[in-house]
Amino acid sequence: MLIPSRKLREIRLGINSLLQHKLRSFLTMLGMVFGVGSVIAMLAVGEGASKEALDQPLEEESQQTTRTFMSIYGLLYEDELRIAQSFPQVLRTVPVKILRKVGRLGEHTMDLRLLGTTPGWFQLVRRPLIAGRALLPADLKNLANTVVLTEYGARRLLARENSIGQQLTLGGESFQVVGIVRSETGQGEGLQSPDQQIDAYIPLTTARARFGDIAVQFSAGSRSRELIELHQIIAEVDSTSQVTATASGIEVMLRRFHKKKDYSISVPLALLRQAEATKRTFNVVLGSIAGISLLVGGIGIMNIMLASVTERTREIGIRRAIGAKRRQIIRQFLIETMVLSTTGGLIGIAIGLLIPWLITLVAGMPTVVTSLSLLLSLGISLAVGIIFGLYPAVRAAKLDPIEALRHE
Amino acid sequence: MAEPAVQEKQASSHEAVLEKISRFYRMGGNEVRALDEVSVSFARGSFWAILGASGSGKSTLLNLLGCLDRPSAGRYLLRGADVSQMDDDQLSEIRLRSIGFIFQSFNLLPQSTVAENIALPLYYQGWDPARSSQRARELATRVGLQERLDHRPMELSGGQQQRVAIARALANDPAILLADEPTGNLDSATSREIMQLLSELNEQGKTIIMVTHEEDIAAFASRRLYLKDGRIDRIEP
Ligand SMILES: Nc1ncnc2c1ncn2[C@@H]1O[C@H](COP(=O)(O)OP(=O)(O)OP(=O)(O)O)[C@@H](O)[C@H]1O
Ligand SMILES: [Mg+2]
Repeated sequence: MLIPSRKLREIRLGINSLLQHKLRSFLTMLGMVFGVGSVIAMLAVGEGASKEALDQPLEEESQQTTRTFMSIYGLLYEDELRIAQSFPQVLRTVPVKILRKVGRLGEHTMDLRLLGTTPGWFQLVRRPLIAGRALLPADLKNLANTVVLTEYGARRLLARENSIGQQLTLGGESFQVVGIVRSETGQGEGLQSPDQQIDAYIPLTTARARFGDIAVQFSAGSRSRELIELHQIIAEVDSTSQVTATASGIEVMLRRFHKKKDYSISVPLALLRQAEATKRTFNVVLGSIAGISLLVGGIGIMNIMLASVTERTREIGIRRAIGAKRRQIIRQFLIETMVLSTTGGLIGIAIGLLIPWLITLVAGMPTVVTSLSLLLSLGISLAVGIIFGLYPAVRAAKLDPIEALRHE
Repeated sequence: MAEPAVQEKQASSHEAVLEKISRFYRMGGNEVRALDEVSVSFARGSFWAILGASGSGKSTLLNLLGCLDRPSAGRYLLRGADVSQMDDDQLSEIRLRSIGFIFQSFNLLPQSTVAENIALPLYYQGWDPARSSQRARELATRVGLQERLDHRPMELSGGQQQRVAIARALANDPAILLADEPTGNLDSATSREIMQLLSELNEQGKTIIMVTHEEDIAAFASRRLYLKDGRIDRIEP
C-alpha cells in the first residue's frame, strides 16, 4: 500500500510540474504527437498503396499487374479437378492440351499448332481481342466446333477480320472461326505460356472428342505414339506469398497419383521476384518516410528539451541544495518525461488512426494501419522523448549543487 | 579518562567545528587558495556574521558549512559528526535534515507557489502532502506570508521572496541556518525587516551563520568573523 501511494505522489508531482510549464510541455508533446501520428498515417497510406498494387482484387481484370501462376506438365484431366478442389488458395485452374493438325482456310493449307483449353485461359493469360469473341463456356459444354485464331495464326492463314464466321478445316473436321486474339507480346508476365507459336485455340472438350488423347511425338528422328491427356495445367494462387507452399503441396499430391514422374512443376520465379522487388521498393519508401518523420519529431522533442536545460539546471541546483539526492532528481525527471511522452504518444496514435480513416473516407484511398507501425512509432518516440528529457537532468544532477545553482 | 569527557562536552556545545579547513581550486596551472587552514568553532545558538573583501572566501566557507562542497583538506564536525569525508548521498542527507540555506538571489522555484516552495524539503523527507501543506502554512504565518500561499514568487516583492526562502530553510527544523548575503538584493528598510526576522529566530535558539558585506547588517550578529585572502583575519568580539 505504501509503495504505490509513494509512486502515485511522484507521478502527481510530475504532472504538477508539467502543468507548471505548460508551453514547454505542450511543445514537447506536439513533437511527440506529430512524430507518432505522421508515421502511423504515412505508413498506413503506403501500406494501403502497396497492398493495392500487390494483390489487386479479381474483378479488376483489365488493369491487373501481378498474378501468380504455376504450370504443371504431363497431366490427367483428373489432376486439374484434384488441384482445384484440394487447395482453397488456388483461385483458378486452366487445363491446356497441345495438338498439331493440318488446317485449311479457303485456299491455304498448312500445319497448325492448336491449343485446346477453356475460357479461363483468356482471363488468365489475357490475350486482347482483335475481332470476334474468345471461347465461351457454351462452346465447351456443347463440344462446339469453334476456333479462335491467334494474331500469329491469322497472319499465316492470311485471315482477316472478315474471316470470322468462315469455316476452318482442322484434321478433317470443320470449325467455325469465331474470333482473333493478339499473340503473346514476348515481354509477358513471366509465365512460360505454351502459346508462343500457337495458331489457334479450340475448346478442350471438342479437342478431346474429335481428336482423342493419343499424341504423336517426334523426338530425335523417331516417331512414338503416346497417351497424353493434358500438356499443362495452370494454377492461379491468390497471393504471391502462397505460391511456393502451394507448389510443394501440389507436388506431394501428384506424387500420390502418378506412379512415375511424368510431370514437372514450374513456378514463375521471375514473376515472384518481381513481386518481391515491388514489395521491397515499397518497404524502402515507407521505411524512409517513417524514418524521416521520426527524425523530425525527435528533433522537435530534442530542441524543446535542450532549450530548457538552463532553467532545469537551476531548478536541479535548488533541489540539490535543499537535500535531494542525484537519483531522486533523475527519477523525478524520468517520471516527468515518461508521463509526457506516453500522453503525447497516445494522442499521436489517436491522430495516426484518425488521419488514415479520413483519407479513406474523403479520398477513397485504401489505408492499412499495421500494429508494427504503431509499435515502431510509439517505441522510437518514447525512446527519443525519454532520452532527451533525461539528458539535461542527468547532466545537471552530475554537477555540484553550487555549479548547478550558478548556471546561467 | 577525563580528557575524552571534556572533548565530548566541548563538541556537544558546538554546532559546527572547523579544523584546519582548506579549499583549493585548480585554475589551469596555478592553484587558488579560497580557504587556507581555517579553524573555528560555532557555538550552538550563536549568531555569526562573516565579513571580508570580495574574493576573500566567504561564500566558499559558507558552502562548506552547508555541505554543498567538500574541503580539500581538514576536518569539519557537524554536531560531532565528521562530514568532511562523506559521499554525495550522505551530504545530501545532511543538507536535508540539518541545514537551512538562504541565498542572496532567493533561489525559489519560479513556477511553484509559495506553499509548494516552502514544502519542498518536506517532499524529499517523505512527508505526506496533508501534513506538509499544514506545516507550510504554519511557516508562512511565521514569516508573515499566510495570505500569499498560492502566489508565485514573481508576484512577490524581493523582501517577501526572501521570507519565503527563510520559511523554506526552516521547514526541516535545521541545526544551522546559513545565509549568503541574504540582504544583498534588498533595500535598507527591507533588509532591516529580514534581519529582524533572523534575530528573532536566533533568539528562539537557531544557530545562524550569515555572510555579509555591510557592517550595519553584521551588527545584528553577536559575533563577527573577518576573512582575508582565505584566512581568518580576526574574530570580534
Ligand atoms: N568554482 C571556482 N573555481 C575557481 N575558483 C573559485 C571558484 N569559486 C571560488 N573561487 C575563487 O575562490 C576565491 C573565494 O571565492 P568566494 O566566492 O568564496 O569569495 P567571496 O568572499 O564570497 O566573494 P564575494 O564577496 O564577491 O561573494 C575567489 O578568488 C574565487 O575566484
Ligand atoms: Mg560570495
